[in-house]
Amino acid sequence: MITIVDYEAGNLTSVKRALDYLGIDSVISPDPDEIRKSEKIIFPGVGHAASAMTTLTRRGLDTALQEAFKSGTPILGICLGTQIILSHSEEGDTSCLGLIDGRTMKFNLSNASLKIPHMGWNTISIRKSHPMLKGIVDETEFYFVHSYYPQPSNSSDIIAKCEYEIHFPAAIAKDTLFATQFHPEKSGVAGLSILNNFKTWDGESC
Amino acid sequence: MLKKRIISCLDVRDGKLAKSIKFIDTKDIGDPVETARNYYEQGIDELVFYDITASSDKRDIMIDVVSSVASQIFIPFSVGGGLRTVEDCTRVRLAGAEKVNLNTAAVTNPDLIAQTSRAMGAQAVVLSMDVLAVPVSSSIPSGYEIVTHGGRTHTGIDAIEWALRGEALGAGEIVVNSIDADGTRSGYEIRLTRMIADSVRIPVIASGGGGKPEHCYEVFTEGHADAALVASILHYGEYTIRQIKEYCASKGVPIRMTA
Repeated sequence: MITIVDYEAGNLTSVKRALDYLGIDSVISPDPDEIRKSEKIIFPGVGHAASAMTTLTRRGLDTALQEAFKSGTPILGICLGTQIILSHSEEGDTSCLGLIDGRTMKFNLSNASLKIPHMGWNTISIRKSHPMLKGIVDETEFYFVHSYYPQPSNSSDIIAKCEYEIHFPAAIAKDTLFATQFHPEKSGVAGLSILNNFKTWDGESC
Repeated sequence: MLKKRIISCLDVRDGKLAKSIKFIDTKDIGDPVETARNYYEQGIDELVFYDITASSDKRDIMIDVVSSVASQIFIPFSVGGGLRTVEDCTRVRLAGAEKVNLNTAAVTNPDLIAQTSRAMGAQAVVLSMDVLAVPVSSSIPSGYEIVTHGGRTHTGIDAIEWALRGEALGAGEIVVNSIDADGTRSGYEIRLTRMIADSVRIPVIASGGGGKPEHCYEVFTEGHADAALVASILHYGEYTIRQIKEYCASKGVPIRMTA
């Protein structure tokens, strides 16, 4: 059973619907004890880092996620979820969960014709193989919508990059955590295969 | 590289598909959920459902359509038509729509853009504007005016000014629908699209007039659009999604070729 963390950040039901379609059992929960006990966790989200951290802390979900990560629970982060697993976000100058050492940065693009948010389908270039990318070939397109991007301190935590003037991390991983800046639940067949990979992934990185 | 998007627009009335031509005569041409799934399998990048249901007591049918679409297709889609309050927008979001399209209600009550943006984030709010070419005047310096009710009601608002205001109020994307070009299938309003796309920093979707793949290519390159809305050329089977995309890709436009 997969637990989808409910912290009032965006549309959690779209992740749930994709899992239902794939026949993967899941539950949406705001309960830190349920998160601690969960076999696997999906940490999605759309919204603002500071308000997300406020809700997580108020519900005790911050420590529940940190404990689950320490105890080796496989975790899939998505979009805002991916940004706030790092130590800090520039969005609202917010201290975050720190599951992976690094910072979430705002796009600072010199080309004024590039739109913010970075919205739409973009290709990823795979820098490092990972079981969560099984069946995904290099240059596969995924759906992105974001104005900030995750930047791990340690480049070995970067699994795939994406180009939008700069080459920013599109998928990052450490131990039993795998996290994407793009939305697997909105990325058609390729996205669904990532969710399917999460069903079978035991948390080993290779 | 970020791809240009081909977005299909499906007009829905009483839960059935209808394509309006010049906003006058509409006829039912099928089931919206089935059509959406078909386009999804063919590789459409995004979908828009526009609810043109007249009576408000039939609005719940649309919520059912949205939720069936959301459980079968896994690409972004937005819903517009008849959304007048943040509560209306929240309902379609919870039913599974990624974004909401605000049009007339935003003109009547611009604060709706700000309220919706605060409630669900700018990325979920699409400002859809119907635009008519008019003589240049001091109140309409661009020569493009925002209109409502399919072009019958003039608002006296300049299109560029409205786009900038929408962006400032918290819209995350803009649909520029040319009433002059709509239904003509003779090409998008390139000049208008480009003026808006160059004025704002949020993505711009061109709408109205797409009749062949060349028109998409033109609006992506000369029109500076981030996405192109297509309707009748797909609905009547004149071109496939693949044909439109292959043409654009052959001309060097970055486009997603997988489904």
